[in-house]
Amino acid sequence: MEWEVVIGLETHTQLKTKTKIFSGASTEFGAEPNTQACEVSIALPGVLPVLNKKAVECAIKFGLAINAEIAPRSVFARKNYFYPDLPKGYQISQYELPVVGKGAVTIQVPAVGKNPAYEKVIHITRAHLEEDAGKSVHGAVEGMSGIDLNRAGTPLLEIVTEPDMRSAAEAVAYAKKLHELVQWIDICDGNMQEGSFRCDVNVSVRPKGTEKLGTRREIKNLNSFKFMQQAIEYETRWQIETLEDGGTIHQATVLFNPDTGETRAMRSKEEANDYRYFPDPDLLPLEVTEADRLRVKETMPELPEAMKARFEADFGLTSYDAATLTASRHIADYFVATVNAGADAKPAANWVMGAVSAKLNAEEKSIACSPISTRSLAALLKRIQDGTISNNAAKQVFEVLWAGETDVDAVIEKLGLKQVSDTGAIEAIIDEVLAQNQAMVEEFKAGKEKAFNALVGQAMKASKGKANPAQVNEILKRKLG
Amino acid sequence: MINSSLKQLSQMLAKKEVSSVEMTQAFLNRIRQFNPTINAYITLDESRTLTQAKAADIRIEAGNAGPLTGIPIAQKDIFCAKSWRTTCGSKMLESFIAPYDAHVISQFDAAGAVNLGKTNMDEFAMGSSNETSYYGGVKNPWDFDRVPGGSSGGSAAAVAARLCAAATGTDTGGSIRQPASLCGFTGLKPTYGLVSRYGMIAFASSLDQAGPMAKSAEDCAMMLNVMAGFDERDSTSLNRPKEDYTRGLANMSDTQPLKGLRIGLPKEYFSEGLEANVGAVVQAAILEYKKLGAETVEISLPNTKLSIPVYYVLAPAEASSNLSRYDGVRYGHRAAEYTDLMDMYCKSRAEGFGAEVKRRILIGTYVLSAGYYDAYYLKAQQIRHLIADDFKQAFKKCDIIMGPTAPSTAFKAGEKADDPVAMYLQDVYTIATNLAGLPGMSIPAGFSNGLPVGLQLMGNYFDEARMLDVAHAYQQVTDWHTQMPDLNAPEGLE
Repeated sequence: MEWEVVIGLETHTQLKTKTKIFSGASTEFGAEPNTQACEVSIALPGVLPVLNKKAVECAIKFGLAINAEIAPRSVFARKNYFYPDLPKGYQISQYELPVVGKGAVTIQVPAVGKNPAYEKVIHITRAHLEEDAGKSVHGAVEGMSGIDLNRAGTPLLEIVTEPDMRSAAEAVAYAKKLHELVQWIDICDGNMQEGSFRCDVNVSVRPKGTEKLGTRREIKNLNSFKFMQQAIEYETRWQIETLEDGGTIHQATVLFNPDTGETRAMRSKEEANDYRYFPDPDLLPLEVTEADRLRVKETMPELPEAMKARFEADFGLTSYDAATLTASRHIADYFVATVNAGADAKPAANWVMGAVSAKLNAEEKSIACSPISTRSLAALLKRIQDGTISNNAAKQVFEVLWAGETDVDAVIEKLGLKQVSDTGAIEAIIDEVLAQNQAMVEEFKAGKEKAFNALVGQAMKASKGKANPAQVNEILKRKLG
Repeated sequence: MINSSLKQLSQMLAKKEVSSVEMTQAFLNRIRQFNPTINAYITLDESRTLTQAKAADIRIEAGNAGPLTGIPIAQKDIFCAKSWRTTCGSKMLESFIAPYDAHVISQFDAAGAVNLGKTNMDEFAMGSSNETSYYGGVKNPWDFDRVPGGSSGGSAAAVAARLCAAATGTDTGGSIRQPASLCGFTGLKPTYGLVSRYGMIAFASSLDQAGPMAKSAEDCAMMLNVMAGFDERDSTSLNRPKEDYTRGLANMSDTQPLKGLRIGLPKEYFSEGLEANVGAVVQAAILEYKKLGAETVEISLPNTKLSIPVYYVLAPAEASSNLSRYDGVRYGHRAAEYTDLMDMYCKSRAEGFGAEVKRRILIGTYVLSAGYYDAYYLKAQQIRHLIADDFKQAFKKCDIIMGPTAPSTAFKAGEKADDPVAMYLQDVYTIATNLAGLPGMSIPAGFSNGLPVGLQLMGNYFDEARMLDVAHAYQQVTDWHTQMPDLNAPEGLE
C-alpha cells in the first residue's frame, strides 16, 4: 500500500518585546536565574497581569503579513495545570477566541533529486498570544531541582497550521518560511538556540487517496530544521511500519532524540491534563479596532511577495531569482543595497546568489555579517561592467575583498588585473601570435572554426590574461577577415 | 476620642489638640485591652505603627497634611503591605511577609494614614462568620457569643469596638456589608473597578472589590476618597475622573433633603427567609426615609433567587484557579516531608488550606472540568447577565434600592459552622450586587434584641456619591450609627 503523511505545525515564536507580556520585567536572554522575575513573574499573592501593547502589535503585524482576519475582540483564557515552572498554576493564553484568525503563507519547496521545486500554499488556522513558562534547572544544586523564572511571562505567538503538509520537506520549507517571515516583519529574533522559535509537529499517516486523517502524534520542541527533517522522517517510517505490522497508533506526545535520531513517546494523551480553560477575569477582552490595524499597517515593511513581484517587474529578474533574493530580509536588504550603491541588478543578483552565498554557506555566516560591504560589491561589479577587469579577474578581487580589503581599485591595481584595452598594444600581440601560429591560421582559413578560439586563447595567454577579450576577438576577426 | 468621626479626629490633629502618636497610642491601648478577647487583629506591629504616626506628626507640623493624615486605620489582612506579615487568614501564608504594597495600602500611605495592624478574616475571604480563619474566630463586640459576620470580621469588630478609627474590607459576596449589618456600622462596597485590586489577594477576581468600613457615611466618603482611583496595574480598574465623595454631604439643612428621591423596594427582599424582627427594623428605616422626602416604589428583581447558586459556581471556579499559586514552591507553606513533586503539592495544600477553602477549590475545579463547563460555568455566566439586567430594569423606576443587608442579626458562633448552605444564605441579599458589579452599602438602622440591624442601599454604577448622601441624610436624623457596644458588660446585653 502507498502511504501519505499528513503534517501540521504549531510554532511558538517569542515576540521581540523589551518587557514581558503581562509585566514590566525584562525579557533579555541569559541573565542570572531569577533576576528578571518581578512580583508578577513570581506570582506573588495579589499581583495582576497588564497586557503589553507591543505584544499585541506584533500579533497584528503577523496577521497582516499572512493576510489573516484580525479579531476585533479576542479573549485571554487561563489554562490550568500544576508545574513548578508555572508560577500561577495557570498559563494565560487564548483559547476560543484568538487574536489572529485564518490566513495563509506560500512556501517554495526545493527540488529533490528528479523532483522539481514547487510552490504550495499552507493555510494558517490561527495565531494566539500567550505567556511562556519558566525553566526547571536540574543539577545546579545537588539532589534538588531549581526553578528559573526569568523566562516566565515572556510573550509568545503560537502559530497553528492546518494539516496541509505532505512531506518532511514541505514541513521544513514551511518552518523556514515562517522563520524568515517573523524576522522579516521584525516580531521575533529567530534565535532557535535560545528558544525564540520552537516547533511542535503533528504527524499522522493514511493510505494514499483516502480522506480520513490518521491518529496523530505530536513531536515536541524541535529547535533546528535539521532535527525537524530527521524527526518527521523517522516518525513517518515508524508509523507506517507500525500500521503495516498490524499495530495501531495512539495519540501521544513524543520527543526527538538527536543522538539516536529516534522519536519516543513522552506521555500519552489519555493521561493528559484537563486544563479547565476559562476566560481570565483579570484581563478585559482584547479589542483591536480598525484604527489600530491601520496604525500597525503603516509600520509594516514591504512583504516578501510584494518585493518579489517588484524585483521581477523592475529588474527583469526571473521568478526563481526574485524568490531566492526575497527568501530572507537580510538577503533582500543586501541585494537592494548593492543595487542602490550603483551595481546593475542582474549581475548583482547573480553575485549575491552565487559567490556571496557560496562563501557565506562555506563559512556558516549570515549575510548580515558578510565581510564584503554592499558598497565594495557594487564597486567591483562596476569595474566588470566598464571593462576594467574580466569576470575571472573579478573573482580574484572578490577573494581579497572577502579577506578584509575594501578599496576595489587599489586591489585591482595591486594584483595588476587591469585589462589591456589599448588597440595598438593588442594588435602588436596579435600580429606576433599570427606570425608564430601559421598552421592554425591555415586551418582556420580551411574552415576550422575551432582554430579561431585557439588563436584567441594564444593571444590572451600572450597578454597574461589582461587583454580585453572582446577587443581580441574583434581585431583577430578583422585580421583574418 | 475613640468614638469621634474621622472629620473630628482630623480637626483635633490639625488643631494640635492631640498628636498622631497620642491618638495611635489610645487605639493601641484599647487593642491591648480588648483584642486578646475579640481577636480582631491577626498581626500587630506597634513600633512600625508608631513610626508611621511620628512621620504623620512631622507632616502635620509641616502643614501638608491631608484629611486622613495621622489617623489610625485597620487594614484587612487581605492587602499586601510591605514588610508586614500578610496571611489572608490562612495557614498557607502564616509566614508570608509581603515584599510590596497593595494599591490600597500605598494610597493610605500617601494620604499619611497610620496602619494600626492587619485584621482577622475568613480564610481567603471565604466565609460569612470569620470562623474559617486559621487565626481563630472573632467575637461580635455586641455579644461575645456571636459572630461578627464575614469575611471582613476582624475589620468589622475593630470598627464596632472602636479598636480603630476606620478600617478597610473587601466584598466578594457581601463581606463588607453583612459584617457591617451584624456589627452595627457603615460599610460600602463600591462599583466593581472603582478601587484597584492590585495587591489585594484574589478570591474571585470578577467579584472582589475593596471598600471602607467605618462609623458613618461621612467617614466612608473620606475613606473612599483615598481608596478610589484609576490604577494601571489593575486591568479592570476603571479610568474615570477622580471624585470627591464628601462633596454632597454638607448640604442637609432642608427638612426634606431627599425630596424627589425614588427608593425601589424589591419585593423578593421582603419575603420568606427574612427574620421578622429584622424586617421590622428595615421597614421603620424606610419610613424615616419617607419623612426625609423620599418616595418608595415597589420593584422586582426576579432572578434574585438564582444569585446564590450562580455565585457558588462562579466564585469557586475563579478561586480554584486563583489559589493554584499556593503550591509550596516559591513561598507559603510547604510540607516538611514529601517523597516527590506530586506528594509535595498534595501535602502542602492539604496542610495549608482549611476545610471551607478546600470545599470551594473542589467545587470550582468540578464546574470547570471538561464536560461540565457548559452546564455550570457557562450557564452561570448567562444568568449573571440576567441578574444585571434585573437591576438595569429596576433603575429605570427608581434612583436607589433599599432592603435588608442580611436575613438575620448576628448568629451564635458554631451555629452554622457545620452547615455550609445555611451559611451561604447569609449573603442572599448582598450577592446580586457583586454579580452585577453594582455598589452596595449597609448602614445601622436599629436593633433587634440588643443586636444591630443593617439597612442595605444599592445604587447604580458609580453612584457612590449619591448613596453616601442618602445614607448621610439618614444619619443626620438618627443616632444608630453613633451607638457603641459596652465592651465591659457584653454578656448583659441580651
